[in-house]
Amino acid sequence: MNIENASILKQEKVTGDYNVLVLDVPGVSAHAQPGQFVHILVPRLENHVLRRPFSLYGVEDRTISILYKRVGKGTAALNLLQPGEEMSVMGPLGNGFPMECDCHPVLVAGGYGVAPLCFLAEKLGKKGDLFVGGRSEADILCIEDFEKLGWNVHIATEDGSVGQKGLVTEILDAWLNERADEDKPVFYACGPDGMLKALGNLAESKGATAWLSLDKHMGCGAGACLACVHKLRKKDGSEEWGRVCKDGPVFECREIVWET
Amino acid sequence: MNHEPSAIDLSVDLNGIEMRNPVTVASGTFGYGQEYADIVDLEKLGAIVVKGVSLEPWDGNQTPRMVEVPGGLLNAIGLQNPGVDGFAETYMPFLRKHDVPVIVNVWGKSVDEYAEASARLSDVEGVDGLEVNISCPNIKEGGIAFGTDEKMAAEVISAVRKSTKLPMIPKLSPNVTDISIFAHIAEEEGADAISLINTLPGMAIDIETRKPVLANVVGGLSGPAIHPVAVKMVWQAAQAVKIPIIGMGGITDAATAIEFIIAGATAVAVGTANFTDPATCLNVVVGIEEYLLRHGMKSVAELVGTLEV
Ligand SMILES: Cc1cc2nc3c(=O)[nH]c(=O)nc-3n(C[C@H](O)[C@H](O)[C@H](O)COP(=O)(O)OP(=O)(O)OC[C@H]3O[C@@H](n4cnc5c(N)ncnc54)[C@H](O)[C@@H]3O)c2cc1C
Ligand SMILES: Cc1cc2nc3c(=O)[nH]c(=O)nc-3n(C[C@H](O)[C@H](O)[C@H](O)COP(=O)(O)O)c2cc1C
Ligand code: FES
Repeated sequence: MNIENASILKQEKVTGDYNVLVLDVPGVSAHAQPGQFVHILVPRLENHVLRRPFSLYGVEDRTISILYKRVGKGTAALNLLQPGEEMSVMGPLGNGFPMECDCHPVLVAGGYGVAPLCFLAEKLGKKGDLFVGGRSEADILCIEDFEKLGWNVHIATEDGSVGQKGLVTEILDAWLNERADEDKPVFYACGPDGMLKALGNLAESKGATAWLSLDKHMGCGAGACLACVHKLRKKDGSEEWGRVCKDGPVFECREIVWET
Repeated sequence: MNHEPSAIDLSVDLNGIEMRNPVTVASGTFGYGQEYADIVDLEKLGAIVVKGVSLEPWDGNQTPRMVEVPGGLLNAIGLQNPGVDGFAETYMPFLRKHDVPVIVNVWGKSVDEYAEASARLSDVEGVDGLEVNISCPNIKEGGIAFGTDEKMAAEVISAVRKSTKLPMIPKLSPNVTDISIFAHIAEEEGADAISLINTLPGMAIDIETRKPVLANVVGGLSGPAIHPVAVKMVWQAAQAVKIPIIGMGGITDAATAIEFIIAGATAVAVGTANFTDPATCLNVVVGIEEYLLRHGMKSVAELVGTLEV
C-alpha cells in the first residue's frame, strides 16, 4: 500500500454515466494486481471526509485507469476534473483475483464490475468466456476490450436492448448446460450482490470454483475501521466478519455467507 | 520533509506515559497500528491508541456501519474486537517491535468486565496505558451508558483503578449536561489523565426507503462537524481538573489541534481525519512545531491552557 499524489492524464466519457480516468501514479501502479482497488480523495469536495474506492481497470508502467459511474456527489466531482489536476491516491489495496488458472476462465460482470475483469482478462495469460449483464444497452461496457484480447463475449440485458433478454446468470446457466465439459470452468465475477449470490449458487451446484469481488461501503480502505465487513464462513464452519477492503475484496463463493 | 533537529521540546508526559510529541490517534480510527504501518512511520507518533478491546471477543453490529454526513461521518461499528487474549496474541507482537507507547482502549458490558479486562491487559508486555471507554451501555443496569451517570462512572473508574497499576485514562462521553462534573469524578477516582470527546449520537435517514441508513439505526458523529463542541468541552474540563487531558474531535490539521492545546489539552488525538489522509498526524506534529517556533515558544508545554478570555 502506498499513498501518492496522482496527476490526471486523461478523462474520457465511455457511454451514458460512465467515464474512464487515467492517472500518472507510479508508486501505486508498480505492484498492482487485477481485483485490487484504489482509494481516491476526490479534490474540491468540501465537507466530505471519506475517500472513494474504485477497482483497477487498467495498469501500465506509471499509470492506472479506473472506470467509474456517476452515482453521487463524489463521482460527480470526479467528472469535473481536468487533465493536469492532482489528487491523492491510496493503493493498491486488498487481495486481487488468484492468477494461476488451469481451468477454463469464465468472467461474469455486472455494471462497473467489468472494470477489474478487464484488467484480469489482460493478465490471465489464457482466454475464455465473458458474460456481461445489465439493465439495458447503456450498462454494457468495454466489450471491445475483451474482443480485442480474443475472449468470447456473451451479453444479457433485462430489457433485451442488446444481447439476449434476461439475467446474466440465466444465460450463463444455459451455456453451461449445453457445453461439453472437457475442461472445468472457473468463475471470476464482480457486480451487484444479487448477481454474485446467484453465481455462487450456480458454481456450487456445478462443483466449480468462483472468485467473487464484493462491493461494500468503505471507510478507511486499509482494514482499520471495520466499516466494510461481510460475514465469512471459516474452515471449521464458524462465521466471522471479514474486512472486504483488506481480507478481500475477492473471496471464494464458499467463504461468503449471504444474509437471507 | 527534511527537518533540522530543532530546539523545540515537543515531548509531553501523561502521568507516566512519555510521548515524544503530543499527537496520538483516536481509538477505532487507526486499527491496531499495523494497518497503516506501510504509509505512516509509527515511531513518529506520540503514542498509538488501539481499537477498543473487551474481555471476550465481540462481533459488533450489522452493516451498514458507517455513513458520511456533511462535515463528518456516523459510525455504528459496535466495538467489534477479538477480545483481550486475541488482541494480545495477534497485535501486540507487532506493536512491541516499535518504539512508541501503546495505549489500549478498553470497554465492558459490566463493571466486572471492565475490571477483569483491565487486569488482564496490565499483564500484557508492551502495554503502556489504558484508555477506558465509558460511553458504553451497562447491560446489567438497564443499558444506561456508564459515562452519562455520575454514580456508574465513579464505580467503573474506581474498579479499573483497583485492577491496574498502568496509567489510566477514562474517556469521557460528550452526552452529558456538564462535562466538568465527569472530569472531576475521573480525577477523584484516581485517573492519571482523561480523554475527550467520544462521538455524539446521531442518525441519518434514507428518504426514498424511509429507513435508517445505519443497520443500528443510530450512530456516533465524528469529524470536523464536532470540533467546536469538543474544544468547548476540553476547555470546561481543563478548568475542573489538574490531570492532563487528551483532546480530540474533528482535528484535521495543526490549527484544529492547537485549539485544543490552547483550551487546556496536553495531548491531542486525530480520529476521522486518518480516513481522509493517513498522514494527518504527522502533518499535525510538523505544524505544531512550526507554530511554536513562530510564537517564540521553546516547548509545547508552554502553550497548554493559555487561552486568554
Ligand atoms: C472495492 C470497490 C470497488 C469499486 N469499484 C468501482 C468501480 O470500478 N467503478 C465505479 O464506478 N464504482 C466502483 N465502486 C463503487 C464506488 O466506490 C461508489 O460508487 C462511489 O464511492 C460513490 O461515491 P459518490 O460520492 O459519487 O456517491 P455518494 O454520494 O457517496 O452515494 C451515492 C449513492 O451511491 C451509493 N454508494 C456509495 N458508495 C457505494 C458503494 N461502495 N457501493 C455501492 N453503492 C454505493 C450510496 O448509497 C448512494 O445511494 C467500488 C466500490 C468498492 C467498495
Ligand atoms: C469508525 C470509528 C470507530 C471508533 N471506535 C472507537 C472505540 O472503539 N473506542 C472509543 O473509545 N472510541 C471510538 N471512536 C471514537 C473516536 O476515538 C473519537 O473519540 C471520535 O471519533 C472523535 O474524534 P474525531 O472527530 O477526530 O474522529 C471511534 C470513532 C470512529 C469514527
Ligand atoms: S473500510 Fe475500514 S476496515 Fe475496510
